[in-house]
Amino acid sequence: MDLSAISPTLLIAFLMVAATPILLAAIGELVVEKAGVLNLGVEGMMITGAICGFAVAVETGSPVLGFIAAAIGGAILSMIFGVLTQFFLTNQVATGLALTLFGLGLSSLLGQSYVGIKPPGTAKIDIPVLSDILVAGPILFNHDWMVYFTLALVVAIWWVLKFSRMGLIIRAVGENHDAAHALGYKVVRVRLMAIAFGGACAGLGGGYLSLIRVPQWTDGMTAGAGWIALAIVVFASWKPLRVLLGAYLFGGVTILQLNLQAAGLAIPVEYLSMSPYVITIVVLVIMSAPRKGRASLAAPACLGRAFHASS
Amino acid sequence: MSTPLLEIKGLTKAYPGVVANDDVSFTIKSGEVHALLGENGAGKSTLVKMIYGLVKPDAGSMVLRGDPFLPPEPRAARASGVAMVFQHFSLFEALDVAENIALGMENPPKMADLAARISEVSEEYGLPLDPHRIVGDLSAGERQRVEIIRCLLQNPKLLIMDEPTSVLTPQEVDILFQTLEQLRDEGTSILYISHKLEEIRRLCDHATILRLGKVVATCNPRQETVRAMAEMMVGESLHVPERKPHVAGEIALEVEDLSVASPSAFGTSLKEVSFSVSKGEVLGIGGVAGNGQDELTAALSGEVLVAPLQVRLAGAGVGDKGPQERRALGLLAAPEERLGHAAAPDMSLTENALLTGNVRENLAKNGFLDWSSAEGFAERIIEGFDVRTPGPDNAARSLSGGNLQKFVIGREVLQKPSVLVVNQPTWGVDASAAAAIRQAILDLAAEGAAIVCISQDLDELMEISDRFAALNGGRLTDPVPAQGLTVDQIGLMMGGAHDMEVAHHGAA
Repeated sequence: MDLSAISPTLLIAFLMVAATPILLAAIGELVVEKAGVLNLGVEGMMITGAICGFAVAVETGSPVLGFIAAAIGGAILSMIFGVLTQFFLTNQVATGLALTLFGLGLSSLLGQSYVGIKPPGTAKIDIPVLSDILVAGPILFNHDWMVYFTLALVVAIWWVLKFSRMGLIIRAVGENHDAAHALGYKVVRVRLMAIAFGGACAGLGGGYLSLIRVPQWTDGMTAGAGWIALAIVVFASWKPLRVLLGAYLFGGVTILQLNLQAAGLAIPVEYLSMSPYVITIVVLVIMSAPRKGRASLAAPACLGRAFHASS
Repeated sequence: MSTPLLEIKGLTKAYPGVVANDDVSFTIKSGEVHALLGENGAGKSTLVKMIYGLVKPDAGSMVLRGDPFLPPEPRAARASGVAMVFQHFSLFEALDVAENIALGMENPPKMADLAARISEVSEEYGLPLDPHRIVGDLSAGERQRVEIIRCLLQNPKLLIMDEPTSVLTPQEVDILFQTLEQLRDEGTSILYISHKLEEIRRLCDHATILRLGKVVATCNPRQETVRAMAEMMVGESLHVPERKPHVAGEIALEVEDLSVASPSAFGTSLKEVSFSVSKGEVLGIGGVAGNGQDELTAALSGEVLVAPLQVRLAGAGVGDKGPQERRALGLLAAPEERLGHAAAPDMSLTENALLTGNVRENLAKNGFLDWSSAEGFAERIIEGFDVRTPGPDNAARSLSGGNLQKFVIGREVLQKPSVLVVNQPTWGVDASAAAAIRQAILDLAAEGAAIVCISQDLDELMEISDRFAALNGGRLTDPVPAQGLTVDQIGLMMGGAHDMEVAHHGAA
């Protein structure tokens, strides 16, 4: 095998692209979980966003409209989950799993006539001067706008959760919904908005897969990315900047295994393909091992618990 | 002093099957401490929730300082100058003090300014508090300071306090009362809810007594006896548990050098706890909530396993045995949390009776459940302990707190334990049911069982205990005879007032 064929510069540049869909889905799910809701339907919302975005981009010829449609599609699907869990108090785990199955089926139905079509392309933003910098140029300054948008979103969410009153209310609702209610905050409304935001982010992540990363439509094309996004939220101990780290770590493993396959590493392809998932599992086990101190307390205290105002 | 601050006229609120408040009227004057008295279920909580805007009344009206007042939500109530300190703290454990306080304010200042204000106000009222500490690390008394300061920062005209002293040591109660008296002198009215009548007599200028949702009496608590007020609340004369003189028997339960790490992150680990209880004796263990009570209950019941000899039953080590094995040997326990720990909420009373009774009552034969015996056992509990329920098929959740507590205690008492461990046996139970539960515990001791009663209700412990010890930060004081113990001594055993100091506002 020829490892010299792997260029570190290109590897890192590809890594940022590969990580973007997971990063979008994970940062959305982080907001949802901070508000105390466990939505396991990320995979379903991603793939629904993927087909909605793809279809609209193909019909209108505008990738931007496609991304908007992807976000709306994901958000609408998440509202099924929101209404069921927040108003009818269904079990969040079961409802989330159902949402994934429903999203996979729905996207397959919607996407029947879009198989094998090429979507309109999204140009890379070539920032003059900066993109010519050796090494750093191609890595940092030669991407499509969604990559930058996603990074800005992560920083914005970090800031909002940490410093703004809105973020404080979201955390309060996820931490102790009874107390938040007693103080007069609208627990269900806050959670519904968080769920919709998470759905929109997951939809955008799906749209990025079908419009830029792949770019075409195939059934089940998210291939578990939603589950990895869920794992990354736990890996990151519900901290936005660590989500970024987790997503890049996973993106790195994905790209590395593709490069190793191309370089002809003498290991069956299947092992390489499974490596990102194995690493996800290992990371999850390490992170969730019992330990002393504050780290184990990072999960919002009301995560996954149904809220019903008793008075 | 005599202008009315809040007039309540004919407030009525009905829930399906129960009228929580029925035509309630009374007046709170400016600068008075007004007590709202009543048993559990008398409608006190519903009434204050209406004043605070959490519940909308079905009928009636309120007038605040001459203007009609009907807050649609707590924000509106806060804006009108009504603040509330909740019975179960409405705090967020993972957030810090300043964030918790900001959440209770309408227009919080910037975090840095807020932290400075918190330090300032807490200093002024003798309630020291570091704005940057995480609330989960604070003691119960400190948590209450967070709630009080949250209210004080909004300059309330009316401060509602729902059972504020249930989690405080006697010394902390003194300091709280000084703070409240200072507030009253500054012109703030306080609506004080409690069923601790001695406190009401000390603090309050006026009392309104609710029974079954109706105002049944008003009085000046300084001129009434505790017993008279208790009978106004209950509406009948009270039965005081009788205690037979106890002859020291042989040692039934011994705990030696028990150290247990708390299973929960915000819990308290037990440190070198040692005590013994002899047959026929009641050992009362007091202490402010969160000082290791749950951990001690778990270690005694067998939920948490320890070295065999750390817990000895009649001389034999049982520390490494689980709850069912200990039950078989005669060590039974009734934990604090009724719904979810002592009883499974969605299971029927028969099923709940079977869950702890199957070993000693032979309710399972060859691996098959004996439903008719289990139902018989449940019926004996219901009958023997006056549990008000249509029958043993009803879910545990459907019972009121007091009735379920009678069921949970009765279930253990009827199994004739040689050692019974109870944690908060009468928490949230009305006075007559509490008296019945205490009587059952005393009767069991008279028959020769050793009792460990963990409770935060000092009056209860003084009433039933032969010896008293206190848990403080996971350590147990040496047990002392309960007879003749003064409140001050108990308070010191419970850890005194920690770092609180008396309000020195205006003194400077």
